[in-house]
Amino acid sequence: MVKRYYQKEIETMPVEEIKKLQSEKLVKQVKHVYENVEYYRNLMDEKGVKPEDIHGIEDLHLLPFLTKSDLRDAYPYGLLAKPLSECVRIQSTSGTTGRRVVAFYTQKDIDLWEDCCARAIVAVGGTNEDVCQVAYGYGLFTGGPGLNGGSHKVGCLTLPMSSGNTERQIQFMMDLNATILCCTPSYAAYIGETLKEQGYTPDQIPLKAGIFGAEPWTEEMRRGIESTLGIKAYDIYGLTETSGPGVSFECEEQTGMHINEDHFLAEIIDPDTGEVLPEGSKGELVFTALDKEAFPLLRYRTRDICVLKREKCSCGRTFIKMSKPMGRSDDMMIIRGVNVFPSQIETVLLKEGYQPNYQIIVDRKNNNDTFDINVEMNPEQFTDTVSGVTALEKSLAGAMKTMLGINPAVHLVPPKSITRSEGKAVRVIDKRKLHD
Amino acid sequence: MSLKQLTIFVQNKQGALVDITETLAKHEVNIRALSIADTQEFGILRLIVNDNDTALKTLSDEGYLLRTTDVVGVKIGDAPGKLSKALKVLDENAINVEYLYAFMARTEKHAYVVLRVADNAKAEAALENAGFHLITDADVLKL
Repeated sequence: MVKRYYQKEIETMPVEEIKKLQSEKLVKQVKHVYENVEYYRNLMDEKGVKPEDIHGIEDLHLLPFLTKSDLRDAYPYGLLAKPLSECVRIQSTSGTTGRRVVAFYTQKDIDLWEDCCARAIVAVGGTNEDVCQVAYGYGLFTGGPGLNGGSHKVGCLTLPMSSGNTERQIQFMMDLNATILCCTPSYAAYIGETLKEQGYTPDQIPLKAGIFGAEPWTEEMRRGIESTLGIKAYDIYGLTETSGPGVSFECEEQTGMHINEDHFLAEIIDPDTGEVLPEGSKGELVFTALDKEAFPLLRYRTRDICVLKREKCSCGRTFIKMSKPMGRSDDMMIIRGVNVFPSQIETVLLKEGYQPNYQIIVDRKNNNDTFDINVEMNPEQFTDTVSGVTALEKSLAGAMKTMLGINPAVHLVPPKSITRSEGKAVRVIDKRKLHD
Repeated sequence: MSLKQLTIFVQNKQGALVDITETLAKHEVNIRALSIADTQEFGILRLIVNDNDTALKTLSDEGYLLRTTDVVGVKIGDAPGKLSKALKVLDENAINVEYLYAFMARTEKHAYVVLRVADNAKAEAALENAGFHLITDADVLKL
């Protein structure tokens, strides 16, 4: 018999009990953070809030927010709540210019994170009979390690492929009969296209389900992946700051992601005023980690815009559901699964001797992100040969790759040729239409 | 001994060459020779004109990215085998040609070749030693 839940008692807990559990955990967690994290203690003191003021989730709004810039200010140890001797791992975001986030984990943190990923795998029908191909990147990126751990917990035969080397992915998938694929949706689409080119039809592909996340994708893309691979494609959400993938996950209903509410307390706020909005409103998603020991962020602003809805789900889970993120409340872009800030591009340009006049053009062709940067040429660097110009482009693309972790196509254009509107350049043109 | 070439960075888009040539025409700059190297995204336009200073100033004022480049101008007979003879001289002296283009004179039965090499002086000496006549900006005015 197929197991429907990984931790049934928690995943189907009556809402009132979940709230009670959250309240108990919140009170303890605030005390833990206040006692051990000077940075957050100062924020609470500034706001005049003491741990004793927090009696349950109804008092959550009294706590100060944390933002990415707090993480930068406190880098690397400022938000650590456990001695390093009790930490066993770090994970980090792709960003490299002062935006880097290093998250710490105790063994218990890793266990709970892997439980969350295991819930996601079981929710798509995974059991110990399955072969789970993890094609997220391994290493500092949370995707690979998270799903790898979840797959172990479920007892799947785990193929720790990491991303890339598509020929090898396909060989292992076909030879070892992989039934569940975990990777970014764009990579899933790419694997699907490659299989199709090689003449495989969906019924020849052993996969039955896929867990895809770490970047925005549309319903249309979901349908495309489902038809080329002959699978059901499920969404998963998470961020390094809160542990990694598995903060929320889709069930068979595919109508939003259940948030693992026993570990994460979610709020929707108005990104401009910080005011908490009622359930069902569209706003910025904020998370409070209830169980994390080493890196317990309270009221962390994700900058993702979405909607929370608690409604009876046919899967039997009682956890509240979040919509796919519908956008960002800052200027971050996610390109090929990697977080990119325009400020990183400016930093590289200035370092390489260019004026910060540029335009980023992101598009999606054949389900893959294209990433072009037009940069105004520095007159001093102009030579009279084509090879001279292309060498400049190549070298700048190399510097961008070092900074961003992904390779843009750099195009040098004449000075002052990039459109300026009202004196301010249009920096980013995102043609992907990822949000309805 | 030198020949000045104007080198202009052009975005590969419709009308780019029209704008440049119109600007030059308006200021009575006459184009003697022209070559363009292009890629999908940009082109590099190279011009030998009768009035470098005016061309440089007017195009800069219009916002173009351009510079002057010293190139080698050499006069060759207008007959089969003459160009290859000149190139052979450079080859024998291990001088690499980055690019070249040719033009004809209106008045005399001669062809002229504009050469871009790494070391102008070396190329000029080699060509002169082999009996070639080099041309300068002053010569261009008379052509």
